[in-house]
Amino acid sequence: MRFPGNKKLLLGNEAFALGAFYGGARYGTGYPGTPSTEILENFSKYPGVLAEWAPNEKCAFEAAHGASLAGTRTIVTMKHVGLNVAADPFVTSVYSGVNAGLVLIVADDPGFHSSQNEQDSRHYARLAYAPVFEPADSQEAFSMVVEALNLSEKYDTPFVVRSTTRVSHSSSLVEVDFEPMEPENRPYTKNPEKYVMVPSYARKRKELLLKRFEALKEYSEKSPFNSVEWGHSYIGIISSGVAYHYAKEAFPDASFLKLGFTYPLPEKLIRSFASEVELLLVVEESDPILETEIRSFGINVFGKEYLPEVGELTPDAVAQAISNLLKEKRTNTYHISWMPKSPVNDLPARAPVLCPGCGHRNLFFVLKKLRAKVMGDIGCYTLAVNPPLSSMDTCTCMGAGIGEAHGFSKAIQKTSDEKIAAVIGDSTFVHSGITGLINAGYNRSNILIIILDNRTTAMTGHQPHPGTGKTLMGENTFELDFENLAKVCGADYVRTVDPYDLKETEKVLKEAQAAKGVSVVVARRPCVLYQRTEEGYYSIDLDACTDCGACLLLGCPAISRFDEKIIISSDLCTACGACAFVCRFDAIFKIEEVK
Amino acid sequence: MSATNIIIAGVGGQGNIAASKIIGEAALMLGYDVKITETHGMAQRGGSVHSMVRFGDKVFSPLIPKGACQYLLSLEILEGLRWVEYLKDGAFLIVSTEIRPPYSVSVGKDHYPQNIEEIYSKYGQLLMVPAKELASKAGSTRSANIVMLGCLAYLTKSINSEAWIESIKRRFYGKEKVIEINLNAFQLGYEFASNSDRGR
Ligand SMILES: Cc1ncc(C[n+]2csc(CCOP(=O)(O)OP(=O)(O)O)c2C)c(N)n1
Repeated sequence: MRFPGNKKLLLGNEAFALGAFYGGARYGTGYPGTPSTEILENFSKYPGVLAEWAPNEKCAFEAAHGASLAGTRTIVTMKHVGLNVAADPFVTSVYSGVNAGLVLIVADDPGFHSSQNEQDSRHYARLAYAPVFEPADSQEAFSMVVEALNLSEKYDTPFVVRSTTRVSHSSSLVEVDFEPMEPENRPYTKNPEKYVMVPSYARKRKELLLKRFEALKEYSEKSPFNSVEWGHSYIGIISSGVAYHYAKEAFPDASFLKLGFTYPLPEKLIRSFASEVELLLVVEESDPILETEIRSFGINVFGKEYLPEVGELTPDAVAQAISNLLKEKRTNTYHISWMPKSPVNDLPARAPVLCPGCGHRNLFFVLKKLRAKVMGDIGCYTLAVNPPLSSMDTCTCMGAGIGEAHGFSKAIQKTSDEKIAAVIGDSTFVHSGITGLINAGYNRSNILIIILDNRTTAMTGHQPHPGTGKTLMGENTFELDFENLAKVCGADYVRTVDPYDLKETEKVLKEAQAAKGVSVVVARRPCVLYQRTEEGYYSIDLDACTDCGACLLLGCPAISRFDEKIIISSDLCTACGACAFVCRFDAIFKIEEVK
Repeated sequence: MSATNIIIAGVGGQGNIAASKIIGEAALMLGYDVKITETHGMAQRGGSVHSMVRFGDKVFSPLIPKGACQYLLSLEILEGLRWVEYLKDGAFLIVSTEIRPPYSVSVGKDHYPQNIEEIYSKYGQLLMVPAKELASKAGSTRSANIVMLGCLAYLTKSINSEAWIESIKRRFYGKEKVIEINLNAFQLGYEFASNSDRGR
């Protein structure tokens, strides 16, 4: 038996959190979003730290900057689209710089595993002149956060650590050979010329920022995270992030320039590497950013013309690219050592579905019945776009539904008094729905806003938010009152319903549609994964069942037709009773037994 | 040693992540380099999920290349079929007999392939496992994933049983009853695989 030493198998996101703690960060904030969520959740468990979920990424970034100015090393975490929301403070914070180290860990999602787009956060870093690390695995996730916290103070700028789904959600080994750093005391000193970005001060800061950028170029040339591994001289591969591992897997004998610190790029190092190899291929996840910049140095490189531009990279795609490049440009051939088998096609798809007993299902079931136009939003409830509920018209970004409903209703108001609905989850409403509601109230809209209040941020794994009365550290706090908030923001009609009561839900929604102005309905039912209230399960009396399929129209995964019979899985059923309500033949009954 | 590559396919909520972590921790105890990649987020809501586990002297990519996977564990009868492209010649396919029809099948729009076992068999050596039944015997249907690990343990010789047992204990650390059930489930899976082997 071999001896493993002091290695731990850590998820990338666990390693980011560990790096933050070891690097002396004692404050962390962010907003949940796959694939970034577990970073802050893990960070919150370390001794002596304070971790907070902010209502949205902008609030988080601002709080992080504030904590840094006060002298506490800080991390702020979000998914790629979160940086759209935080972009405003992020960009200008790079002008002001920091006091204690400030690191933004932002997780991109190439491949759309859990996101509405595939944007590449490295563009933002370039927009803001913010330096960037790109870890390839958990070990680097750890080490780069530590390094970034140190360098942030040294160069007086926030740092970006860019993750991707495969880095955040893969586990690999991490070895730590030093003790956690003790936070240093860095008292705040008032300095308006640095921290008050009025035009005259900001202009000077821009000049400093450019100077700092030159210094960072020097760092990049000698960063321990940028290194060359010599192999064959007929092909050199420049790679960053997890893509490096795909390239290594595909062709371990190539020459490699592995870039871990990727902005600003080490131009001299790249030039000298390029001069030693015949063909140069850039392998990077998402957009051709390194590739374009390297080409702008006047260096001839290949990249996305050989690699897919949509979706996530894979070792297979990289192997194919190397093989094609060599075939076209050289006589050396390269054999891919794996041969894919033929796939089995036309398998029934299994898309994610609303859970058995999810309150959202009932609400959408009624909305469908009312044939409402529904401007949607992002959360578990977006799953209602799929059949059989099929009751969502749009989904753009968090908070968009209310704004879209308002604009839609304004555009049709001369010819129609149809009340457009907007549905929004509780966490999403707090994140970016409130300003939309104020807009609707202020500009006298005729819309129906439904807040799907399941008392948690379910989709990302049940994080508390300001509507829940709990903090990330598990403490009790004030609880945002949606109904009162709606009233003071200009809603004309405000009601609360429990979507488990389908009859009442339909009645209230009809009333809310008929009311003039802004109607707000709070559909309140705790997420069944989080807090299940009903015991027992439902079952079908096969003699009474006419096989009409009405219950199947709920799209509940506990109900299925198999071998010509409709059955309810007692394992999956959570006894919400919606199926019994919709059954016109009284064929569905409850079994009280507690499992 | 070149890498051992394992794909675990299933439906969200079947214990996919726990199973991959148990393999990974056991491999780490034996001093191997380990990488695991898994599905989080949206897909966990009852959708198809998978994880990939790789261990060996040195592992680069967390994703397994297509055609390099030696062990496929399918926690639901259909799900493994989505991953056969990844299999290497002579792979082992460990497939649970549990059926969870997706919505399109429930409403009659789609069907499970008629001859699932036959299709799997084309890709390597197939072991069909009544994992849910065995788990129920062990004390909880939720341990079906561990039954499958028991089968894997029998078929792959690169991890010894002390490491498996220790890894299961660590995974459910502090929950004595859960540990007991899962060790039972592991044992039943192991025995099932070894009996089927002898039956061949
Ligand atoms: C700007 C931005 N930040 C974060 C996310 C990730 N995300 C998607 S939906 C969601 C919140 C879902 O919670 P809620 O609105 O309460 O709906 P639920 O899932 O509970 O039904 C989050 C955090 C995102 N898509 N965009």
